[in-house]
Amino acid sequence: MKQAHFGTTGGRALFSGLLWTAPWWLGFLLFLALPMGISLYISFCDYPLLQPPVYVGTANYQALTHDPVFHKVLLNTLVYAALAIPLGTIVAVLLAALLNQRVRGQGLFRTCIFVPTVVPLVGIALVWLWMLNPEYGLINGAVRLVGPVLDGANNAIALLTGHRLTWLGELAAGPKWLALPGWAMTALVLISLWGVGSPVVIYLAGLQEIPEELYEAAMLDGASAPRRFWHVTLPGLSPVILFNVIVGLIGTWQIFALPYVLMRGEQGPQRSTYFYTMYLYDNAFRYLKMGYASAMAWVQLFIILALTAAVFLASRRAVYYRGT
Amino acid sequence: MRIRSLNLALTYALLIAVALLFVLPLLWMVCVSLKPPAEVLQPNFLPTAPTLTGYREIARSAQFDFLLYARNTLIILVLSLVGVLLSSSIAAYGFARVPFPGRGLMFAVCLATMMIPFPVIMVPTYMLFKYLGWIGTLRPLWVPAWFGSAFNIFLLRQFFLGIPKELEESAMLDGCTRWGCFWRIMLPLSRPALAVVALFHCLAVWNDLIGPLIYLTHQDQFTLALGLQFLQSKSGDTPWNQLMAASTLVVAPVLLLFFMAQRTFIQGIATTGLKG
Repeated sequence: MKQAHFGTTGGRALFSGLLWTAPWWLGFLLFLALPMGISLYISFCDYPLLQPPVYVGTANYQALTHDPVFHKVLLNTLVYAALAIPLGTIVAVLLAALLNQRVRGQGLFRTCIFVPTVVPLVGIALVWLWMLNPEYGLINGAVRLVGPVLDGANNAIALLTGHRLTWLGELAAGPKWLALPGWAMTALVLISLWGVGSPVVIYLAGLQEIPEELYEAAMLDGASAPRRFWHVTLPGLSPVILFNVIVGLIGTWQIFALPYVLMRGEQGPQRSTYFYTMYLYDNAFRYLKMGYASAMAWVQLFIILALTAAVFLASRRAVYYRGT
Repeated sequence: MRIRSLNLALTYALLIAVALLFVLPLLWMVCVSLKPPAEVLQPNFLPTAPTLTGYREIARSAQFDFLLYARNTLIILVLSLVGVLLSSSIAAYGFARVPFPGRGLMFAVCLATMMIPFPVIMVPTYMLFKYLGWIGTLRPLWVPAWFGSAFNIFLLRQFFLGIPKELEESAMLDGCTRWGCFWRIMLPLSRPALAVVALFHCLAVWNDLIGPLIYLTHQDQFTLALGLQFLQSKSGDTPWNQLMAASTLVVAPVLLLFFMAQRTFIQGIATTGLKG
């Protein structure tokens, strides 16, 4: 029976499957495949939005290679990713290990770390703007408290090496955080650390998956706490670290809201906090260069895919999967 | 023994310091919002005489219409929430329970689309909505939610796969249809997973800046996040106690939601991170 009706039952299965999954594939075609197709075409066009697109070949992509602002935002985004991802990973893993200690009030401590990640970025950017105010902000208030200590340290360094550290001197005096290129980038990276809560939660869950026997065996072998962390905890967490690094990678290439609000929609001191997505946004919706913006979007997609593939390849040796 | 208690004291000191560091900006926001205007530039952390002046002034300001922005945000939230729950769970059920040729490939494509960041499709999506005449309306912010989202479909499918098939099989023997199985068996059993999807969706809508920034053109359509950004971009003449009051008003509902559903949040993040 079944044999004879194979065609019809197969057809019916396909029909019912397509019906159930319709919300997804309709959305996929309408809001992803179609826009991406249009975007690919537009990226080979000159399209100032108000006039119809004109095919210009690879002119947009060629223009990108000569655009100093494009080079600047590319560099800024890379620098930000290179600072924020490793630093964020280290801080998150250490915090997770700390929050995993069995102490009273553990839940409360975890809540405190996690709360910042649910807060709207715009609201919190405003708070940081005021915290980083050079004269009245809380940050420079704290810096001024320890200023003499920093100055003392700098004097000691000057005695030992013969020259003072400029950045330490600036820090001790309370820098104009968002008005100076290096300090603005530093501020953004530090603020990104404040939102480290959701990777911490994932690491905490990852810590529960590491079998207790491994720690017991390591203790029997006389391994100290740091050695246990290095040889048991880190390898056990490595798949989770890989996951978070990739999520972080995709996220940092999209950084927009925080610098946009902090710099009032502008490019920051000497364009130092002008990032890829901000320039893409400006090209599209400020200068109405839709073709150029689309070319940037495709370059961005390829960069993200290439970096993700690179991280996967590089991690093949470093990541330890239990049971394989 | 002494080393152990020293260790414990050190752990507590570290934990308290770190926890304070993380909540400090939020505490400061509330403190500044409660200061009288004359005290804003003073270095004291706590306001000497807490007052609601900042809130009263910002509520009267033409630059920040909290109630209107809240209404707009809630309209988008409700319309898109219903859509995202219905469409994602239907599609997820299809991927989990309805075998059909090409299902594996289709699901792989669905997963792959999670990799595509929004900025990449920002320009063409804008053009699409412009063609439909939707720019300057709330529609671009909630209609796409009715077509499922890859991440939610993935999350719900994993949850559905964990529910024993026998429940549906016996229901179907009793004459229950596929839709009946989905609606009367799967959905009620999936409340925890649906709660996770709903929570993350609420957060994403409440916090979204770039979507409203691109699609909304008039101040009377602004969402809270966009309204706050707008206020901030013109903040030259708005005193800081008012700005912080506005921030507190936007942040508070999220914090409230978080404290009411903390367990769901944290379990949601942990499972998506580990199984993803």
